Amino acid sequence: MEKHITLPLTDKDIKELSSGDYVYLTGTVYTARDAAHKRMDEALAKNEPLPIEMKGAVIYYMGPSPAREGRPIGSAGPTTASRMDKYAPKLLDLGMSAMIGKGKRNPAVKEAIVRNGAVYFAAVGGAGALLSKAIVASEVVAYDDLGTEAIRKLEVKDFPVIVVIDSRGNDLYETAIEEYRSE
Amino acid sequence: MREISTEKITETISSLCIRANHYLAPDMKNAFCDAVAKERSELGKKILGQLEDNLKIAEEDMIPICQDTGMAVVFIKVGQEVHITGGSLEDAINEGVRKGYTEGFLRKSVVSDPIERKNTGDNTPAVIHYSIVPGDKLEITVAPKGFGSENMSRVFMLKPADGIEGVKNAVLTAVKDAGPNACPPMVVGVGIGGTFEKCAILAKKALTREAGSHSEIGWVKDLEEELLEKINKTGIGPGGLGGAVTAFAVNVLTYPTHIAGLPVAVNICCHVNRHVSAVL
Repeated sequence: MEKHITLPLTDKDIKELSSGDYVYLTGTVYTARDAAHKRMDEALAKNEPLPIEMKGAVIYYMGPSPAREGRPIGSAGPTTASRMDKYAPKLLDLGMSAMIGKGKRNPAVKEAIVRNGAVYFAAVGGAGALLSKAIVASEVVAYDDLGTEAIRKLEVKDFPVIVVIDSRGNDLYETAIEEYRSE
Repeated sequence: MREISTEKITETISSLCIRANHYLAPDMKNAFCDAVAKERSELGKKILGQLEDNLKIAEEDMIPICQDTGMAVVFIKVGQEVHITGGSLEDAINEGVRKGYTEGFLRKSVVSDPIERKNTGDNTPAVIHYSIVPGDKLEITVAPKGFGSENMSRVFMLKPADGIEGVKNAVLTAVKDAGPNACPPMVVGVGIGGTFEKCAILAKKALTREAGSHSEIGWVKDLEEELLEKINKTGIGPGGLGGAVTAFAVNVLTYPTHIAGLPVAVNICCHVNRHVSAVL
C-alpha cells in the first residue's frame, strides 16, 4: 500500500502502518550513525541531555557524501542499521518514533519497537543519489567534529521508504524472503 | 627502462576514484539489464527501477552512486621494466586518493586507528595490493569498497574432506547471513585455496573480474553457475525485500593450497561493484 505521511508521526499513523507499506515521508528527520550513537550513549550514561529531542524523533542512519555547491547534501542513502542495534532500544524507550536504515534488526530492537509503538523503515540501499533528491535542506546540529557522522537535521519531501518492522513486530525481511524462496 | 612519473600515477588514481564512484562499470550495466528482465516480485522490480534511476542521476548530476564511497582498494601491477620517478609509489597512490576524494566530493570514510577511530579527513590510506609482472607498463585497478557489504564477508578454513559441498555451503551461508545488509543484488567474489590471507585477496580480486565472465577451469565455471542459481533461489531479492534476483554474478578464483587445508573466502559486494582500471 502506498501512503504519504507528514512528520512527526502520530500514534495513529504508526498503528496504521504495516510491514510492506511503501511510504513517502515529508518533514524533519535527524541523521545519526555509529559515532553519534556512541556519543549519545555516553551522554546518557553520564545523565547529560541529548543534543536532540528524542521524543517523536525519526532517526535516519546515514552519513552523506559532501554537498556540491548549491546543493543541500551529497549522496545520502541508508547505512546498515544492525550496527545501531546496541543503542536503539534505549532511544526507543526515550520516545524515538522511527528509524530509517537498511538491513535486519536484532530481537531486542524488535521488542523495543513493539513495546514503544514505533516503526523501522528501510530506504533502498545504494540509492544515495536518488534519495538525495528528496532532501531539501540539511544542517549540522550536533557533533560537528564527527564530519560525515555528525547529527544533521534534514528536511525531506516525499522521501521514499518501506515499512520493514511495524509496531506489531511483523518483519518484512522474514516474510518477503519466504515468499520467493525456491530452494 | 621506461620511466613513469609519480605525478602521472597520482592523476590517474584521482580520476579513477571519481569515475568509479559516479559511473557504473560496463560489465555491471549488462548484468543489471539482464537481471531486471528476470525479477518477478513487484516490490523487487520497483527497487531495481529506483536503482536504475539512481545510476542515471549519479552520472548526470555528478552525485556519487552511493554515499559510502568506500575505502580505496588499489590493485597495481608493476612491470619490472618500469622505473618510477619523482618519489615513492605508495605516496603517489595515497596522494591520488586524497585528491580524488577531495576534488570529487567523495565521502571521507577512513579512521586512522581501528579503536581510537579518528577520521583521517581525506580517505587515506588506500589498501594497496602490489604485484610485480613482466613488461614496461603499470596497470592500476581502483575498487572503492563500501562496508555494508564488506562487513558481511567471511573467511572459512575448511578441511579437505569438506570438498566442494563444503565450499558451496560456505558461500551460501555468507550470502544468507548478508541478506539485506549487503545492498543486494550482490556480486559475490570467492577465493578458494592458498593460505588464510591469500584466499581473502583472491576473493577481493575476483570482484574485479568482469561480471558475466567465467573461469577457464571447468569445475570452477560450473561452480560459479551453480552458486549463482542457488543464491537466486534464496528469495532474498533486490534490497533484501524478496525476489528472484539476489546476485548478478559469482566470480571464483583459485590457487594451490596445503595438503591439510581448504581455505575459502567470500567477499560480498553490492550491486554497484565499483572497479575501474587504467594502463600507464
